[in-house]
Amino acid sequence: MDFSFSPEQDQLRAHARSFLEKRFPATRFAEIAMSEDGWDRASWPELARLGWTGASIAEAQGGAGQGFVEEAIVFEELGRALYAGPYFSTVALALPALACAPDLLAKVASGGLTATLAPDDPVRQSAGAKAKGAAVEARRAGDRWLLRGETDLVPDAGWVDAFVVEARGPDGIGLYLAERHDARPLIRVFDTVDTTRRLGRVTFDDDSARILAAPPAATAIIASTRRRALAALALEAVGVASFALALGVEHAKSRQQFGRPIGTYQAVSHKLADTYVETELARSLAYWAAWCVAEDDAQAELAAVAAKAYAAEAAVAACERAIQVHGGMGFTWDHPLHRYYKRALWIESFDRSGAAHRAEIAQALVAG
Amino acid sequence: MDLRDGPEEAAFRATLRTWLAANVPAELRGLRGWTGPALALGRAWSKRLAGAGYAGLTWPKEYGGAGQPWRYQAVYLEELAKAEAPQHLGVIGLGMAGPTIIAHGRPDQKARYLAEILSADDIWCQGFSEPGSGSDLASVRTRIELVGDHFVVNGQKVWSSYAHIADRCILLGRSAVTGEKHEGLTYLVVDMKSPGVEVRPLRQITGEAEFNEIFFTDVAVPKENLLGEIGGGWRVAMTTLSHERGTFGFALAGALDVAVRKLVALARERAGADALVRDRVAREWMDLQALRYTNYRALARLERTGAPGPEGSVAKLRWSEANQRLTKLAIEIVGQESQVADGDGTPAYWRYQQLRSRGNTIEAGTSEILRNIIAERVLGLPRSR
Repeated sequence: MDFSFSPEQDQLRAHARSFLEKRFPATRFAEIAMSEDGWDRASWPELARLGWTGASIAEAQGGAGQGFVEEAIVFEELGRALYAGPYFSTVALALPALACAPDLLAKVASGGLTATLAPDDPVRQSAGAKAKGAAVEARRAGDRWLLRGETDLVPDAGWVDAFVVEARGPDGIGLYLAERHDARPLIRVFDTVDTTRRLGRVTFDDDSARILAAPPAATAIIASTRRRALAALALEAVGVASFALALGVEHAKSRQQFGRPIGTYQAVSHKLADTYVETELARSLAYWAAWCVAEDDAQAELAAVAAKAYAAEAAVAACERAIQVHGGMGFTWDHPLHRYYKRALWIESFDRSGAAHRAEIAQALVAG
Repeated sequence: MDLRDGPEEAAFRATLRTWLAANVPAELRGLRGWTGPALALGRAWSKRLAGAGYAGLTWPKEYGGAGQPWRYQAVYLEELAKAEAPQHLGVIGLGMAGPTIIAHGRPDQKARYLAEILSADDIWCQGFSEPGSGSDLASVRTRIELVGDHFVVNGQKVWSSYAHIADRCILLGRSAVTGEKHEGLTYLVVDMKSPGVEVRPLRQITGEAEFNEIFFTDVAVPKENLLGEIGGGWRVAMTTLSHERGTFGFALAGALDVAVRKLVALARERAGADALVRDRVAREWMDLQALRYTNYRALARLERTGAPGPEGSVAKLRWSEANQRLTKLAIEIVGQESQVADGDGTPAYWRYQQLRSRGNTIEAGTSEILRNIIAERVLGLPRSR
């Protein structure tokens, strides 16, 4: 029983933090968030060189041969730095399906391929798409497949090189890859509250794709993708909460009112103490989930669902308390806090609400 | 990182589990505090635990302990809770007085006290809090005066668990009334059978009396019972308190694990389809897992650095609030029947647990003090007083 990181893992974290603090200081958030792409494209080859895009990819395919615990460390640090780029989309959402094709893994490891997931999940579609009964269908055309249909609320849809598409074929849901160089889906990027992780609608009109996993094998990959995604977002949320807490503490130490730092007042300091407590508890759940995902433990599903629900709620609360502690300044567009808050809200909305996740947990407990 | 037991821990756990199944007296399962007929059984139970080698697991071998790493104590607490077995009667001796004597005691004191703590021949209590000194411990006023070859103690202590059955007491009192308040404190070991010691049980809102007031009237304490220096009591007391939260979190999470399992069973039986109840049950389960894995992180730090980290305060704070919420939810599910005090079935169990939980945010550091500790010592915010 050892719930601690190895010295190498601690080093990975320290290195990630110092790189991200230098490369993406809070002073750059506004510029990146308001840029047309919403991210700094030059950062991707750097992430690849650091070994992050291929952390869990085997060394034979150009990866680092590590596992989800190392990726978990990167996710937490990226959340803390509010990294804007398709790391979550590529490494959490697309990678399990891409693993069906070794050539694709090598491209991800080298930084030559970014991707996202276009899910077939009616819960996640927008109201408009649901009304149309939207879904993507796949039909065979020689050794390729043609995709037709619409999927929306796709993270980073505007800027990735490829889409992993959950599409209905003759035998059920399979996983297909549509690459931008030979597929030209119509993409509408939504004006997203968190401008650093924009959602989009992707419409396929007989676009060419290759099959990654046929049904029923695709079902297991889709389930494991969800576990990875929820655990990854739990870790990002922990990073977001930690940074919001740090901003709040910093302000409470320096801001003076009635002749004393406002952190002297327990109405302020106890709020921050609560944030600390919730962040640490969320961190414990997120690390547990990370270990379960890495080990493919029987509890991975429950752990990932619990960690995401808990950490998202903790991150939202951490940002809200930090905004309150900052007073009027925390409510301004110029202060970086609202960007963390918006990321926390993005995370909270992903997959299902906290209440729906808790219902899932209750079902397992009460029925089990 | 590996959350599975290693082969040695797994073997230790399996042996302990088998031992508990065969040895926990039926009358003591799910015990509500050491009162009445349970007491006599408690001594025998504690001696049995000690005899099997489960007392002082982390104490150094030279003082009669097992010299095991902290993880063994964690496994022990988890399994004890899972079996709904009561703790060793001498938790204050084993967890607080003993480690304090090991850290600050002279060789003759170690020889005199430690073996009896381990064997459960001596049960200890703690004389720290006073009517006028709760959270502000350094303001204690119990007088300790050196008169010839002994100390004379006068004053009143309160909230003293086990005092009604204790053989000895670790006592923090004031030996100097001038100067800095932390510097005039002295730490003594007091024989509870000394003339002038009077123990009065305090009845709690549950109706049970688990803790006591202790009155000291001209109690003579031999000079050799001094721990540390005259006026050096604060430093010794801090050692005692740091041990209070060492692996305590595992006992708390273990008890909460039992409570959550009972809550799930209750919800399944009486409110299985109620979405609001299910939501709250799921929250309690999540909080339990969060506490459990926070304990494992704290354990890893304790084993690496030898000192408990801030996770101990986090665990205590959150556990106490979780236990209050959980037991409140349970009596809501039970409904008006929870108001009937008769019998010892499900309603009576939850009624007791719910009332008892109100003490959780007060005992062993109030939630307000724990938030101060986190704000000041962990986050580095300025002192509020």
